Amino acid sequence: MYGKGILKGLSVTWKRFWDTYTEDISWVMRGKKRYNTDEGIRHRSSKDTKGIFTVQYPEEQLIVPEEFRYVPFLVYDEGADGKKEVRCTSCGICAKVCPPQCIWIVRTNDPATGRPVPVPTDFYIDMDICMNCGFCSEYCPFDAIKMDHDFDIASYQRNVYNLEKLMKPAAYYAGIRPENYTREEEARKAKEAAKAAKAEASAAAAA
Amino acid sequence: MVTPLTATVDLVVRFPGTVAADVRPGYTGFIINKENLVEVATAVRDEFGYDLLTAVTAIDYIAENKMEVVYHAYKTTGGAGLVFRVQVERVDPIELPSLIDIWPGVDFQEREAWDLYGIKFTGHPDLRRILMWEGFEGHPLRKDWKEPFFEEETKPFKSRWPDGQHTFAENKNPFRDNLNFPKDFDPEKYVVDKEEDLYASLERYTTKDVEGNMKTDHIVVNLGPHHPSTHGVLRVAVTMDGETIIGLKPVMGYLHRNHDKIGERNTYLQNIPYTDRLDYFNSMSNNFGYCTTVEKLMKIPVAERAEYIRVIMAELSRIQNHLIFIGMLMNDLGTMYTPSLYAFEERELILDIFEAVSGARMMCNYFRFGGVVRDIPDDVLQKIKGLVSERLPAKTDEMERFLNENEILVARLKGIHVLNAEDAIKYSVTGPVLRATGVPYDLRRADPYSIYDRFDFDVAVRQNGDMMDNYLIRFDEIRQSLRILEQALKQIPQGPINSQKAAYQVRVPAGEAYGRIESPKGELGFYVVSNGKPNPYRYHVRPASFVNLTAVESMCRGTKIADFVALLAMLDIVMGELDR
Ligand code: SF4
Ligand code: SF4
Repeated sequence: MYGKGILKGLSVTWKRFWDTYTEDISWVMRGKKRYNTDEGIRHRSSKDTKGIFTVQYPEEQLIVPEEFRYVPFLVYDEGADGKKEVRCTSCGICAKVCPPQCIWIVRTNDPATGRPVPVPTDFYIDMDICMNCGFCSEYCPFDAIKMDHDFDIASYQRNVYNLEKLMKPAAYYAGIRPENYTREEEARKAKEAAKAAKAEASAAAAA
Repeated sequence: MVTPLTATVDLVVRFPGTVAADVRPGYTGFIINKENLVEVATAVRDEFGYDLLTAVTAIDYIAENKMEVVYHAYKTTGGAGLVFRVQVERVDPIELPSLIDIWPGVDFQEREAWDLYGIKFTGHPDLRRILMWEGFEGHPLRKDWKEPFFEEETKPFKSRWPDGQHTFAENKNPFRDNLNFPKDFDPEKYVVDKEEDLYASLERYTTKDVEGNMKTDHIVVNLGPHHPSTHGVLRVAVTMDGETIIGLKPVMGYLHRNHDKIGERNTYLQNIPYTDRLDYFNSMSNNFGYCTTVEKLMKIPVAERAEYIRVIMAELSRIQNHLIFIGMLMNDLGTMYTPSLYAFEERELILDIFEAVSGARMMCNYFRFGGVVRDIPDDVLQKIKGLVSERLPAKTDEMERFLNENEILVARLKGIHVLNAEDAIKYSVTGPVLRATGVPYDLRRADPYSIYDRFDFDVAVRQNGDMMDNYLIRFDEIRQSLRILEQALKQIPQGPINSQKAAYQVRVPAGEAYGRIESPKGELGFYVVSNGKPNPYRYHVRPASFVNLTAVESMCRGTKIADFVALLAMLDIVMGELDR
């Protein structure tokens, strides 16, 4: 029969249409909220999703995975007196590895000796050029530069971030990437312990 | 399977004096005398059976004052390829015979070599610029050509560290100071007169008598560059007799950024995220192709677990690409949005996986030389398993139920001829479009790379070469990909995910490598030449979309203009890759 194929296809559309209601109703019956809740959003992007698929941005926001990367930021640790101790040593690796070359670092030189000091005087990232590749954070040997989760940065101006604007506390980093943070902290502690043990051993040997 | 070694013997023995084996360290293949190129190429095709010429590109050896054109020929029955090259003095005019009569598929690639290197291919009927605009002066891939805002030959630039005071590149170069305009050129007064060349390359207008005294002209219609059916900024100039297409020329380059030149300024590592931007639907496949090529050059193994991860990612990418293809084809045929949004749902779920492993949905930047950047977390692996074993097969079936028998779709697709096998090979068409003509040429089988030889799957083939087959073969491929995925997910071993130590500067020994993979759109090739420095000396992408488009004119001649839109969709082009 001519038109059978169309009707068969329409049965799919009809089923999808029907599902949007049955799915909503089944959530209500179970006493759960399908919209504006983490559970609902997670379910909507799982393999079992049925019915309405979209997430109503900005009222709802997708839950981004830990590895999600947007633009980079610099991590600082809180010093004892509340001073911001930026982890960056201005070694320049990130500026060298950056594919579109959008990182600009001013290294600090000791005014007396002229020798480099391991803190940046200034640090610029041209966010309009940054291609969000994540190389800077991947190859930084000091865990000083990390990729942010905050993607709402649209603005009317060019976005060249300086050191001040790039700095975020280590606690923030731990918040957005808990697994990475824990792993790095453990590695750091292990390294420090090994160093201390080595120093002790050599001290013992000297004595 | 012919190994390159036996071929070496053959070609030199067959043409003593005119062909020499390439003995430079790291290079393979033959150097052919310019005068004998056509003769040798004919023999390569007819006597040795290399019927598919996939890649043609040039290299500028400025230090030796030489230009080289490299040809990569393969057999559609499979096996290793044959590389042959011609070297000419680097003195303008640089002339070489065109191979367009032997392999018509070289058309666009020769035009590209002319455009970017200034090599004149004598005998090419339509040697116009292809990626750069018509008023452009110079040939940008030559080593002595400098782009606007030029800073240094290679990255990293010295101005970034240790005294990196940020400046905007455009402030350094006030308008025009560093742009290569021809002499006496004023952009304000520029009138595009080269358009005539384009129209002249189309078949001539004729005024003819139709039944007695009514006269009709052939008319020229420009589709695009902003036209919803052209998938981006492709322009097509068409001459028509009523509704029937009699001549057609694609005009491209609107999205051209000279990816090759950028690639030669970059370090090897820096190129990986740039390849994401080629075919932006399949950044995983692009990474795959590039990393395979550089690994070939570096002669390093890939970690076992990473091989599996790579295959999983590449096949997931193929599935979502084909789903989008189907959705977009429907858009082009006029059934706006419903099928394409159904396809997007599944794609979203696959992109969620990419995001969880790599950090980005589309610009994945996930592969590294020797492996991948990070492991797949267990929960993501579970999600992939769920998708592969439950959801995707069901949804593919649903899509088929939804569309395949639809009478309108069948009327639009069935029996509309796309290509026959002979033409497809002639025009160097690869990928699903070639396989829909009955040629079972899939690089995963024909010239296996990575670990594809370990999986049990069939090469999807269809016999008619009409639009319906081109459409259905995508479903076949999705099913085969699911088969591969199931096996890969079962077999994936534990272990390290990279065979190398993470390093931002890799050592690549001098030499050349051409690596190719079966991307969802066809053969994606990378040709990389190293001179031992931290940056590639030559970096070339052979995109499937670009070469497949060579066949579009012969595909469309004689069809109706409405079918052209669908024919173009069949080629599954993507402008990021086509224009590079
Ligand atoms: S952010 Fe890291 S890589 Fe970049 S300069 Fe600072 S310490 Fe070096
Ligand atoms: S994310 Fe990539 S492009 Fe952006 S600053 Fe870091 S290295 Fe540069």
